[in-house]
Amino acid sequence: MQRRFVTLDGNEAVASVAHRINEVIAIYPITPASPMGEFADMWAAGGKENIFGTVPDVVEMQSEAGAAGTLHGSLQTGALTTTFTASQGLLLMLPNMFKVAGELTPTVIHVAARSLATHALSIFGDHSDVMSARTTGFAMLCSASVQECHDLALLSQAASLQSRIPFLHFFDGFRTSHEVNKIEELTDEDLHFFMEPELIQAHRDRALNPERPVLRGTAQNPDVFFQAREASNPYYDGLAEILEQSFDRFADRVGRRYRLFEYFGAEDAERVVVVMGSGAATVKQTVSALNAAGEKVGMVQVRLFRPFSAERFLKAMPASVRSIAVLDRTKEPGALGEPLFQDVITAAAESWQTLHGSSCPKVVGGRYGLSSKEFTPAMVASVFAELERQEAKPRFTVGIVDDVSGLSLKWDPDFNTEPDDVTRAVFFGLGSDGTVGANKNSVKIIGEGTSMHAQGYFVYDSKKSGSTTVSHLRFGPQPVDSPYLISRANFVACHQFNFLERMDVLETAEPGATFLLNSPFGKEEVWQHVPEETQRQIVDKKLKFYVVDAAAVAKKAGMGGRINTVMQTCFFSLSNILPKEEALQRIKDAIKKTYGRRGESILQRNYAAVDGAVEALHLVKYPEVADNALRRLPPVPAGVPDFVEKVTSLMLAGKGDLLPVSALPVDGTFPTTTARYERRSIAREIPIWDPEICIQCGLCAFVCPHAAIRTKAFALESLQGCPEHFLSRDYTEKKWQGSRFTVQVAPDDCTGCGVCVDVCPARSKEVARHKAINMEPKEPHLEQERQRFDFFLQIPEADRSQVDRTSIKGSQLLEPLFEYSGACSGCGETPYVKLMSQLFGDRAVIANATGCSSIYGGNLPTTPWATDADGCGPAWSNSLFEDNAEFGLGMRLAIDQQHAYAVKLLTQLAAEFGDECVAALTAPCGPSEAEIRQRRQQVRQLKDRLRSMPQAAAKDLLAVADHLIPRSVWILGGDGWAYDIGFGGVDHVLASGRNVNILVLDTGVYSNTGGQASKATPRAAVAKFAADGKAVSKKDLGMIAAAYGNVYVAQIAMGANPKQCLNAMLEAESYPGPSLILAYSHCIAHGVNMTTAMTHQKLASKTGFWPLFRYDPRRAHDGGHPFHLDSRKPKLPFQEFASKEGRFAMLARANPQQAQHLLALAQKDIDDRWHYYEQLAGIERENADLAEELKV
Amino acid sequence: MTVKPDLKTTYLGLELKNPLMAAPSPLTGELPSMKALEDAGASAIVLPSLFEEQIEHEEIQAHRLDLYGAESFHEAQNYFPDVGHDGIGPDSYLDRIRRAKEHLSIPVVASLNGHTAGGWVHYAQLLEQAGADALELNIYYIPTEIGETGAEVESHYLDLLRRVREEVQLPLAVKIGPAFSSLANMAKGFEAAGADGLVMFNRFLEPDIELDTLHVVPKLELSSHQTMRLALRWTAIMYGQVDLSIATTGGAHSSEDAIKLILAGSDVVMMASTLLRHGPHFMAKLVDELSFWLEDNEYVSVQQAKGSMSRMNCPDPSSFERVNYMKALASFTSEMV
Repeated sequence: MQRRFVTLDGNEAVASVAHRINEVIAIYPITPASPMGEFADMWAAGGKENIFGTVPDVVEMQSEAGAAGTLHGSLQTGALTTTFTASQGLLLMLPNMFKVAGELTPTVIHVAARSLATHALSIFGDHSDVMSARTTGFAMLCSASVQECHDLALLSQAASLQSRIPFLHFFDGFRTSHEVNKIEELTDEDLHFFMEPELIQAHRDRALNPERPVLRGTAQNPDVFFQAREASNPYYDGLAEILEQSFDRFADRVGRRYRLFEYFGAEDAERVVVVMGSGAATVKQTVSALNAAGEKVGMVQVRLFRPFSAERFLKAMPASVRSIAVLDRTKEPGALGEPLFQDVITAAAESWQTLHGSSCPKVVGGRYGLSSKEFTPAMVASVFAELERQEAKPRFTVGIVDDVSGLSLKWDPDFNTEPDDVTRAVFFGLGSDGTVGANKNSVKIIGEGTSMHAQGYFVYDSKKSGSTTVSHLRFGPQPVDSPYLISRANFVACHQFNFLERMDVLETAEPGATFLLNSPFGKEEVWQHVPEETQRQIVDKKLKFYVVDAAAVAKKAGMGGRINTVMQTCFFSLSNILPKEEALQRIKDAIKKTYGRRGESILQRNYAAVDGAVEALHLVKYPEVADNALRRLPPVPAGVPDFVEKVTSLMLAGKGDLLPVSALPVDGTFPTTTARYERRSIAREIPIWDPEICIQCGLCAFVCPHAAIRTKAFALESLQGCPEHFLSRDYTEKKWQGSRFTVQVAPDDCTGCGVCVDVCPARSKEVARHKAINMEPKEPHLEQERQRFDFFLQIPEADRSQVDRTSIKGSQLLEPLFEYSGACSGCGETPYVKLMSQLFGDRAVIANATGCSSIYGGNLPTTPWATDADGCGPAWSNSLFEDNAEFGLGMRLAIDQQHAYAVKLLTQLAAEFGDECVAALTAPCGPSEAEIRQRRQQVRQLKDRLRSMPQAAAKDLLAVADHLIPRSVWILGGDGWAYDIGFGGVDHVLASGRNVNILVLDTGVYSNTGGQASKATPRAAVAKFAADGKAVSKKDLGMIAAAYGNVYVAQIAMGANPKQCLNAMLEAESYPGPSLILAYSHCIAHGVNMTTAMTHQKLASKTGFWPLFRYDPRRAHDGGHPFHLDSRKPKLPFQEFASKEGRFAMLARANPQQAQHLLALAQKDIDDRWHYYEQLAGIERENADLAEELKV
Repeated sequence: MTVKPDLKTTYLGLELKNPLMAAPSPLTGELPSMKALEDAGASAIVLPSLFEEQIEHEEIQAHRLDLYGAESFHEAQNYFPDVGHDGIGPDSYLDRIRRAKEHLSIPVVASLNGHTAGGWVHYAQLLEQAGADALELNIYYIPTEIGETGAEVESHYLDLLRRVREEVQLPLAVKIGPAFSSLANMAKGFEAAGADGLVMFNRFLEPDIELDTLHVVPKLELSSHQTMRLALRWTAIMYGQVDLSIATTGGAHSSEDAIKLILAGSDVVMMASTLLRHGPHFMAKLVDELSFWLEDNEYVSVQQAKGSMSRMNCPDPSSFERVNYMKALASFTSEMV
């Protein structure tokens, strides 16, 4: 039987099997498991059948809890069913997992194992999620490689059907789920062979069937529950043997042999490491190396963790073993040890002597690899070394420096087990230049086109705009199983010249390695442009240094900024993995295979890039000394706060691994106002202000997603000492007569999106394309704009009490307290967040749902949340994805409670402060900036006095006195949260009547995880999980909320109507009950030009696609009309809007009939909704809860 | 008993039942309306142009969409599902030709607007393979470079025609605009380069300025009756001077317009705006009226009438020359005074 070799990542390897052996697949996006669901959905949309000849029904649910419920129901009714998840998603499935297991229902849940959110969220891999499921009754089977997770996806299902025990099949998130490797693909016949019909029939026979009804899911009482719980024991007892038999049959048929506990090492090993997951390969390599050096060591790879077969585990090891180190990739604070360690020590204590006749070895336990922390052979060697010590640490960590608890082991970074016959290549690129895509392609070229083996692993930084990528590729004659980053590269490529300014790209280059640099400078000039630190490495390591002007080649070939094909060709030319001519032909073949469906023009451009690359590649002859005056820039400027200098700067430099435990906060609390120190300088063009043309409307700053263009109005005197070229003009606002006005770009923080220029309404009368701000190449302006910006920052902020914040331009005189986020360039969400921070940031408490906004808001190393000159600013936290509304409500309750307590205490202390003071501080604070400022000053004075007062009440009051200052509670999140997973909470909080403001940044997809459909996805749009176009219309969350009658609701689109947006923000915040703002947020997942996307929002409103409205309960009295339509009746058809967005246009090309059908329905949706809203605008309502003073 | 006039004509070597063809428009893009045109008497149809530049643009757009934000962020390897690219590229156009040939009995003329030298040939070959009866090369080029001479522009047109001619066996028509210094000479050049026919004239998507936004916007409006006269003049001038089929298009809105163009020398008259305005069935009325007029005026055939009012054959050839304009001006002013 011919099986083909394919190169794919762990997620695809699993999905490929799961799709083919299941009938129902319930999905929900969560990193790093999302791709499994995406593959299944895409294949189902394309009609790909399972081995039974039907197309699996792939259904996206509102949460993992929903997916688990659906899984349970589908299983109960007889279908072969699966789901995929990770981390918090798995936690949401736990209740159902207990049920599914308790009912002995065969299924497999595939988990890309990931950290659980504790002191922080982390998307990276460890076993803390799966270990939380170990009490569910699911069998737990762990795969350690891409091939293994492909094979065990099948064998777990087969064993589950036979044993009736459901399986949790897991593999390491990212390290395995996202590693691209060459594997042998199982055929449909293989799958048929293991999916035995009798077992499937037995599963169906147990299903709910009215023809032979049964009852399952009873409520049991003390008399029988316990016994019934014990009744399933034989099934668990028999599982190991069943799985073993499956493994044996698999070995006979396919040739790969798996064992429940795989021993590797010396037959007379004295020291053994026990490990589970991808780290096993690292341990195995180390064992080989150490034994070759004369040591006696071994390792056990645990595959079946639950049910834990103690006998099989112990028998796997030789009797000679004297000490065992058990490595757990999880942490259970307060436990005697982590789960695997506990099982091992129990098993050894109980049975070692009986089975081996020798005394029980010493067993120690260690933690490693949390949140994808590197785990290398050097670290493993340190564990073996520790085992040799008489006084080995009973509990330890490895991979970090723990200077607090002293638990960590030291390792020798020079210890290395990489074989000589492996090419190890590291590539530094930009997300947007296609480096990762090309490298995946290279892995395919080698993996699928030759007998060689290949591995690719990819690391990204935490930014969504201008992100850097590092690709780690290995090629060799033997299967490549090194699940750790390359630390000794024999090939390093830097795909962006400017990386040299800040990054140490040659750190991993070994002596004599090849260094390929994409350089605008030729072989003669380049040396003088290379910083001294890099020069030194080139000289000291005697690197073979090549340059190519890939940008020029790519541009000539019509590839724009995508230099990937050029660099890939250069790599193959230099690396000698394949003969040069063969390599070039294979690249072209791969291009045809990858892009063939995308059209001739794409192929020709890529071919031209290949042909142009070789000619443009040049060897650089360099001197023997590094003497450039040019130095690498420091990660942060001088004079930054201590924490930023000592901690943040190392993270920014990519050296966060070096930070010891003591450097990190114990509870996940970090300072704000740190993004400003990054100065990433990623823009190629920046907006340059022309004061002569400017009409001072403030729109540029209003829409800026990055707070990188700002306006200030200030007294003339503030200009003293300004740089000669600093620009300002008279401020035209009457109230501010005599003041000056400036629009200023932050040149190193601007991402160059151009949104500000696109919305600028002021044009030159002589040259219409010249506006009041214009995008111009950054470099010629950089120095001057830096000086201007530095001076601009020194100009005092406007007096908030003097600013008319109800006007666009007035609002933009308020300092943004959300700045320079790492959101996508031109992001549609962040302008709302920034506006909120300007209006209310000094008193805002923010609950932020997990998603894009929590990532660009709270992903280290820095945060865009900032403080004002007074030290006040938004206090921010992220709890979970699903609970954000409740999280925010909790904040409100705490604030109100402490406010009440402060009032009570202050009243108690009236004798100290006087009745007038008490009355002033306990009265409701007015909404104006002047009143809030006055209250803040009063409270500060109060606190000053309280500090010196001895009374207990005074001390208590000091702790809560800040609550006498009004607080603005904001609950932020995306539509995935508000419409789907968190809807129940949103609904409940809206119904609570409490004073919270919910801001939904509505992109209509799960943007953060790559654009999966939510219930906010519009009909006819293509999205992941809706590959054939969303078939049903968007949920009208606004009307659901308005139905309560006492909820303020606004639907806004900043680009369509900035004033309505501003009004809505102010009204929502001033409403003393629950408010809901649905903010239209364009997104790269819409397939729109992000530069013009803000202006494009006008079309969203004009076509009726996104009607603007406000529902203000304060108008619901005496025949008032609380619902106000702020859009005009649609005059343009939906098609006008849809044809300009990739999400709709793609469907029209891929499936014209479906597109026509769905677009017609979408138009009907719009027509009907408008008709409905028009009627609502005439509806009178009476808000029974409305207090007299709130009526308007 | 009167004999019905013979309406037959020949265009690009194709025998047509009458000289009224459907010019490229949305009506010739979909099979139901193509069928309706055939049923109403259209003698042939010309499909809307396959635009190489548009195909290329869409391919690149779709490609970029697939790459948009891809491989840049841990949590999202990309932002769109792979929905396939089957609707992009020439396949749907080629399929349209195949289906038209399958369901229609009248000739189907494909139309091509190339963008690159290789593209003209490549797509012309694809259109030939798809079964088109003839090919119209919809050539337009806006010479914006001040240094580019008229001769260079003309050479550009002729070169690409030659390249297509070398690779394609189909009858070839060249559709041009009127902006040549010497149109008749240019037509002779097309003839020498291998064209079988000339289509006069192309109407371009002339841009407009939106005053509210100061944006330049493309604008396409239906032709007006007056524009017909430009083709009328040049048909009359070309007739007999070139060995090319002559098709006129743009502004022929009625049977009277068509008759005039035939009298001036058109082998066929291509219509679009009037059919869009009145519907495909309007073609039947036009054919009938053409027939009635010929009959009423005792012409026995289209062939007989064709070119009878050309510059070569009309009573006053100078009317088609510059004096025509001066005369019109003179009579206009005299009436007003």
